[in-house]
Parts: sequence; structure tokens; C-alpha cells
Amino acid sequence: MLPALPLGQGGAYVAGAFIVFVVLILVYVAIIGAKIARIERELAELSEPVERRPS
Amino acid sequence: MTSLASTSDPSAAKVRRGFGRGLVPLSAVTLVAMAAALGMVFFYAPLDADQGFVQKIFYLHVPMALVALVGFIAAGVMGFAHLRSGDRRWDLRSYVAIHISTILAVGVLATGSIWARASWGHWWVWSEPMLVAFLIVFLLYAVYPMLRFSIEDPGRQARSASVFAVAAGAFVPLNFAAVRSAQSLTHPQVFSTTGGGMPGEMFATFLVGLVAMALLFVTLWKLELTAKHAAEQLRAVRRRIEAAADDGDPVGGPVAEPGRPLAGAAS
Repeated sequence: MLPALPLGQGGAYVAGAFIVFVVLILVYVAIIGAKIARIERELAELSEPVERRPS
Repeated sequence: MTSLASTSDPSAAKVRRGFGRGLVPLSAVTLVAMAAALGMVFFYAPLDADQGFVQKIFYLHVPMALVALVGFIAAGVMGFAHLRSGDRRWDLRSYVAIHISTILAVGVLATGSIWARASWGHWWVWSEPMLVAFLIVFLLYAVYPMLRFSIEDPGRQARSASVFAVAAGAFVPLNFAAVRSAQSLTHPQVFSTTGGGMPGEMFATFLVGLVAMALLFVTLWKLELTAKHAAEQLRAVRRRIEAAADDGDPVGGPVAEPGRPLAGAAS
């Protein structure tokens, strides 16, 4: 079985490529997460007056 | 124009139920597939006799490139469906597919540059047709958001974006067919009519990586569609509440179409 990251055989380049991919996906998910959080905040703002109404 | 928020539109009701459906199990399957692909890349696939360990980038770079290109083509097909049916859900699907494919294309260019540096000693080789062809495709799609958001009218915006998606989607396979026919001696030809010459373990690892990348694309596509649709529904509810407040009714009133304020609504 191979060692996980043989740095002497270009392992730094391989690690770099995989890290770029992971960072790209994480940044994307974080942006979408921030958008969903904003939607949640706006929804809470909108539902506040409805919840205050006497039933 | 089809309203995504209209309560009387059965297709809109279907969309409300549909975009986020299955997202959690799909995400779980994607995570498992990504973990399996990663494990196979580092612990199952043999070292390449020519490039050694650096060739492991292939299992990330090539599936990402293929999925990005198929995503662009799929976005063209969705754009065509929008032009044919007038259903704006297809435009939204096309837009999100292009968005995800463009993000993957950034990854393809970055990982390709790293692989080129490790294998050829240069970050970029302008004489290599495959690299330049991919860059052209990326730059072509980089124009899409500018075109889309330069048009304010929602109907015109959707139609123009769909025309772009169809034209650019048709350009993608033509571009790469031309490059393949150029028969480059530098860029590795991964697939050919004779199978590409990959050993079985390498090909299996590649296929698992491709499936994992395709699943990741679909998961992110559904996630963004769900988020965009939720934002659109929220805007429609806000307009409804504003219109109702103007009429003296705290929560009642009709539902506005996305991008179109209700008559009498506060601007």
C-alpha cells in the first residue's frame, strides 16, 4: 500500500490539486449557506407580525 | 409567463415540493461516493509507470472537466426546453447548471495548471490545443452572468440567457471535436476507440471518480435550485404582505409574479 502523500514524488502538487478542489467546493457551499441563512432571517422577520396576531 | 409563486398553478405547486426533495439522501450518497473515490485514488489505483504519483491528479482533473462540459451541454438542452415551453423553471435549471459548471471549470483550470507544472514544468502551455480550448469555453461562459444580469425584464432575461445557453452548449462539443481531430502529441488522449490503454484498476478508479463528481454536480445543482427557489418564494410573500398592508389586510391579498410588482403595491 502506498504512503498517503509521498512528497518526494510530486506529492505536493497532488496535495495542492486536491486542496484547490476542496477549497473551491467549501467556498461555494459557504456562499450558498450564507444565502440560506439570509432567507431564514428574512422569513423570521416576515413571520414575526403574523405570530403576534391574536388568533 | 409562468409564476413560480402562484398558488393556482399546479406546476408551481410541483416545483415547491420538488426542488429540495431527496437532497439529504443524495448528499449522503455523494459523500460516500467521494470518500470511495478518494480511497481508490490513493490506495487502489496503481502508480503510473510514466508520471508516477503526479498522475493521481488525473482522477480529479478529468472527471471534473467531463462533468463541467456535460453540465454546459445539459444547460443548453434546458435552455432549449425553456425556449420551447416558455416554462421559466427550465431557465432557472439552465442558469444553475451553468453556474455549477463554471465553478467546476475554475477547478479544472487550476488543477490542470498544477498537473502541467508537475508533468511538463510549465503552469500553462499555449501551444496545447486542449488547454486553450477549455480556456475558451470557460471565458465564453464567464460572459453569461454579465449577459443575464444586464437585462432587467425577467421574461427577456430568461429568453436571452436560454438562447446563449443553447448556442454555447452547441459550441462545446464542436470545439472539443475540433481539438481531438488536431491529434495533439502533448496532451494525453485519455479515451480513444481502443479504450485509452488504461489498466483495469485505473479505469475502475476513474469511473468511480466520475460517478462521484457527477453526483456532486447534481447535489450542488439541487442545493442551489432549492435556495434560489426559496428566495424567489420569499420575495413573492414579501410583495403579498406589502400589497395586503396597503389594502388594510395584514396578511391577505393576491400573489405577485416573480419580478413583477402587484398593481398598487408599495414600490
